[in-house]
Amino acid sequence: MTVETRAANKEVVLSVQQLKKYIGRKLVIRNVSFDVYAGEIFGFLGPNGSGKTTTIRMLVDLVKPSSGRVLVCGEDVNRHPERALRSVGCIVENPEMYPYLTGWENLEHFARMQKGITRERIAEVAAIVQLDKRIHDKVKTYSLGMRQRLGIAQALLGAPKLLILDEPTNGLDPKGIKELRAFIRRLANEGMSLFVSSHLLGEIQQMCDRVAIIAQGEVIAVGEVEELLRQAGSYTVWQLDKPVEGRKLFERQPDVKLIGEGEHRIDEGLLSSLPDAIVTAMDEASIPVWVQRFVAAGIGVQAVHKVAPSLEELFLKLTEGESIG
Amino acid sequence: MANLLALVHNETIKVWRKKRFAVVLLVLLVLIPVFVYAQAKIARNNAEKFADWRAEVQQRITDNTNALSSDRIPDEWKKWRRALVQQLQYYLDHDVNPNTPNAVTFTSSFLENSVTLFIPLMVLAIASDLVSSERSAGTIKMLLTRPVRRWRILFAKWVTLILYVSLIVVSTTVLAYLISGLAFGYEGWGEPVFVGFGLNGTDIDTSAVHAVTRGQFLLMEMGLVWYSALIVAFIALLVSVLLRSTAASLVTMMAAVISGAILANMASSWHSAKYLFNVNLDLTVYLRGTPPPIEGMTLGFSLAVLGVWGLAALAAAFAVFTKQDVMN
Repeated sequence: MTVETRAANKEVVLSVQQLKKYIGRKLVIRNVSFDVYAGEIFGFLGPNGSGKTTTIRMLVDLVKPSSGRVLVCGEDVNRHPERALRSVGCIVENPEMYPYLTGWENLEHFARMQKGITRERIAEVAAIVQLDKRIHDKVKTYSLGMRQRLGIAQALLGAPKLLILDEPTNGLDPKGIKELRAFIRRLANEGMSLFVSSHLLGEIQQMCDRVAIIAQGEVIAVGEVEELLRQAGSYTVWQLDKPVEGRKLFERQPDVKLIGEGEHRIDEGLLSSLPDAIVTAMDEASIPVWVQRFVAAGIGVQAVHKVAPSLEELFLKLTEGESIG
Repeated sequence: MANLLALVHNETIKVWRKKRFAVVLLVLLVLIPVFVYAQAKIARNNAEKFADWRAEVQQRITDNTNALSSDRIPDEWKKWRRALVQQLQYYLDHDVNPNTPNAVTFTSSFLENSVTLFIPLMVLAIASDLVSSERSAGTIKMLLTRPVRRWRILFAKWVTLILYVSLIVVSTTVLAYLISGLAFGYEGWGEPVFVGFGLNGTDIDTSAVHAVTRGQFLLMEMGLVWYSALIVAFIALLVSVLLRSTAASLVTMMAAVISGAILANMASSWHSAKYLFNVNLDLTVYLRGTPPPIEGMTLGFSLAVLGVWGLAALAAAFAVFTKQDVMN
């Protein structure tokens, strides 16, 4: 699987080490550390007010950390921004460009701030984001989606190793979101690392390889999205023609954990469409064994569902743990 | 690392395309004809009243001397009138007309009258939103996340500001000359003007007085106007770094400049006011030999006070801009 190959040659593109930030006397970022590898899509997940935006601003030298370091390809962003930011393209919050200039002039403006960006490269990025037809119009005539694409074009100008997108799907329609997702995947396949922040768990789940979850200024989990989901545990939901007998059979076996109502975090809407469903936690390998057992006992198996917990559940689990501990 | 020239190029384009300089030119094109018309009226009235300019100067001397004996005029004003009378007398004695109506004298007096308010306002139109507009529009996030050190970006903005301030002073002069020339004729560059009147107590010290041509005089005035315009621009740059909103930054600076003009008229007994930048802006008083707003102020003093203010503002602007967290 791609995840394994990535893990094998881990080239760290972005390394965030023990970031702390005081604003006034308040410690808003307590402890943020994670690494982003080459060619992966890294999600940065947290609710609004969790310190997500402040952290992103520290990644690109807009905000100076009180302690800790941010390294991009080994260069300290705070100490040598002129070197570190050469490998970074970013859009922080909205893609704000100069409205009184044309798209092309905006790109020229930012191209002048970096060595070695040719006219051909400007035309190339304009074509990549499919803005070439309107590139000579003033930005104030652009729609939000077009501004977003111009922002991405600007971020791609210097052929960065790392692209930072802050809430990139904000304000996009479903079609735009789908296109953006495909576009991000394409960039990652070409070897670029992407750092995508979001407060929407579903979005990260669909887009990202790995994720860091931040709550109250602290990273509470970092890992592969799939692995984190596995940690949260998945459920096996059975539908039997004789649910009462089936339940008794389950109760007799120690390898199966019956999960009562209110103990799981499966979507209510989903469960209500499965009347008399038995929710269990069990090893995947034992499902065929159980099907045979039911058949032998004369109980018909109508359906077996594997229900993965959503990142939402994971998030709740992690944050609940924190508030208790 | 991008070179500074490219950064200055960027900043110049942004100011130009925001049409700030176009507004300045438009204001000049509307206002100068108004003043030219007013000046032409005055010139025509005088020409009707006095056949000879000597009679006109003599009349002014008499008027001012009469005013000196009045009790209702405050002491500071009397001092000013006494100086004026002595100056006029000097012109009369040397048979030189101090106020020939021509384009060069008009341009001179236009610069003298605009140095405290009008030129600073035009400078503020450009300086006040140089940084704050990037902040309120959010483009500062793009600007500061490029691989360029922050001081270089502010430096580029500073160089751009100097360019535009120079352009404003030059175009004010050129437009004033060209437009007033239509009414008064374009001659007058070679006419003599006396400079170097010193104020010695209540008496005018004429020991250093010498004649220069109108052209040289105008050039000296331009230099002084340019200097005080630059200082206003540097202070405005600091305010623009400190305040997020362009409107707030503009209003703050306008209040400072206008209060300077008011203070200059009434602060003659408050001596420490002379260390404020805004009462020192009218550097042309030293050239004309009229008494400064506060006793003890000299050209050197005003240049130094303005210089200190300008440098301090720049130092603060760079210190804040390079360290500040961009939170919004």
